Amino acid sequence: MTEPDEQPAQRWDDQWADQPAAGADEPVSITAYPNGPLLVRGTFEILTPSGEVIPPRRKTVALCRCGVSTLKPFCDGSHKAIGFKTEQEPPAPQPPLSA
Amino acid sequence: MRIPQSRGPVSAALLELLKTSPTAAETDLATTLRELTARALGETADILQDDDLQTALFLAYELRYSGLRGVDDDWEWHPEVLALCAGIELEFEKALRERAPMPELPAPGVESVAAALFELTGSDTGPSVSRYMAKKATDEQAHEFLILRSIYQLKEADPHSWAIPRLRSRAKAALVEIQADEYGGGRFDRMHSELFARTMRGVGLDATNGHYVDVVPAITLASSNMMTMFGSHRRLRGAIAGHLAAFEMTSSQPNRLYGNGFRRLGYDKDVTFYFDEHVEADAVHEQIAARDLAGSLATDEPELLEDVFFGAASGLFVDGLAGTQQLDAWTAGTSALRVADTASLPA
Ligand code: FES
Repeated sequence: MTEPDEQPAQRWDDQWADQPAAGADEPVSITAYPNGPLLVRGTFEILTPSGEVIPPRRKTVALCRCGVSTLKPFCDGSHKAIGFKTEQEPPAPQPPLSA
Repeated sequence: MRIPQSRGPVSAALLELLKTSPTAAETDLATTLRELTARALGETADILQDDDLQTALFLAYELRYSGLRGVDDDWEWHPEVLALCAGIELEFEKALRERAPMPELPAPGVESVAAALFELTGSDTGPSVSRYMAKKATDEQAHEFLILRSIYQLKEADPHSWAIPRLRSRAKAALVEIQADEYGGGRFDRMHSELFARTMRGVGLDATNGHYVDVVPAITLASSNMMTMFGSHRRLRGAIAGHLAAFEMTSSQPNRLYGNGFRRLGYDKDVTFYFDEHVEADAVHEQIAARDLAGSLATDEPELLEDVFFGAASGLFVDGLAGTQQLDAWTAGTSALRVADTASLPA
C-alpha cells in the first residue's frame, strides 16, 4: 500500500479564492438586455409577495421589465410584440452605490 | 434508429451500400451510388423538396447521431458516405444561399447584430402554424403536428451542439449556457428532447427516434439536415449560430399558442409542459443567442457576419416553406403527412 501524499490536493477554489465558486454562493449578476428582460445568473431565490419561493426551473432566468408578460415575473417574449424600448445604456460604468 | 424507407434511386443505393461491410466496400455498389447521386443532383427540380436526396442525406447524417439499426457504425466516416454528403451539401447550401431572403447586413457589433436579428425575426411574416394550432387544429392535426416536429425535437439541441468545439471565447460560453438548459441542466427528465417524448407519449404517439421518418415530407427532412450541415462544418459556424438565434427568437410566443391548442383539445400538463417550458426557456435563450452568441461571434470574427444572417435567414425560409405546406394541407382538409410507401422496398 502506498503512503498517501503528504501534500493535500489543492481544491481549485483555493487557487481562485478571490473568485466565487461556480454554482455555490455565486454572487448574483443581473444583466439588462436592451429592449428586453433582465437576465439573472448566480444563486438566488425569487419569492412571491407572501414570501414563498418560486421554484427555479433553470440556472439563468429572464425577468420581465416591460410589464406585459403572461408568465410574470418571468419574461415570455411579449415585449417584442408591444415594441418595448429601453433607454440606451450609459456609455461609462456608473459609480457603485455604497456597499 | 430503425432504417427508414428509401424514396428514390439515391437513397435506395445508399441503403444497399450500408448493408455491406465498410471494410469490404463493394466497388460496384459505391460506383452506382456515385453515378446515381451525380445524376440526381443534376436533374433535381428543387433540392429542398427532393425526397430522394434529402432522405439520403438524412440517412448519412443519422450515422452521426443514433446510428442506423443493423448498419455498421464504421460507415459514419467512410469516404463513400462523406462523398455523398459533400455532393448533396454543395447543392443544398447553394440553393439556400440563392433562395433564402437576406436582410441588409448591419455593421459587426453586439448591439447592431442583435438588433438586426430581432428586426429580421420580428418581420417574419411566415405562415402561422401556431395560430392555427391554438384556434383551429383538430386532434388529428395536432397529432400530425407532433409527428412532423418529432424529426428534430427528439434530438432537440443536438445539431447545434456540434458547434461548441468550433467556437471560441464569448460565443462558446453563450452556446454552452443555452445548450445546458436545453439538456435540462444535466437532468435527464428535464432534457427538452425528453420532454417532447413525454408529450408524444401523452397523446398516444410512439416517441422512438425516427419512428415517423417515412411519413414526413422532404422539407421536414431538409429542415433537420440544414441544421446538421451548418453544425458539423466548421466553415459554417456563423450559420449555425445565426440559425439558433433565429430559432430561439421565433419560439416563445408560438410555443404559448401550441400549448393553448393542446389545452383546447383537452390535454393536460403532461402533454403541454413541453410547450409551456419553452415559452419561458426560449425567452431566456433568445437574448443570449442574439447578443452573446451571434452578436459576439460576428464581432469577434467579422468575416462570419454574413453567415450569421445566412443561417438565420435559411432557418426562417425553410421552416416557412414547411409551415406553408402544412397549413395548405390542413386548410384543404388533407393530411400534412406523406403516405409511406408500403409496397416499395429496395430490390
Ligand atoms: S420583458 Fe419580455 S415579456 Fe416583458
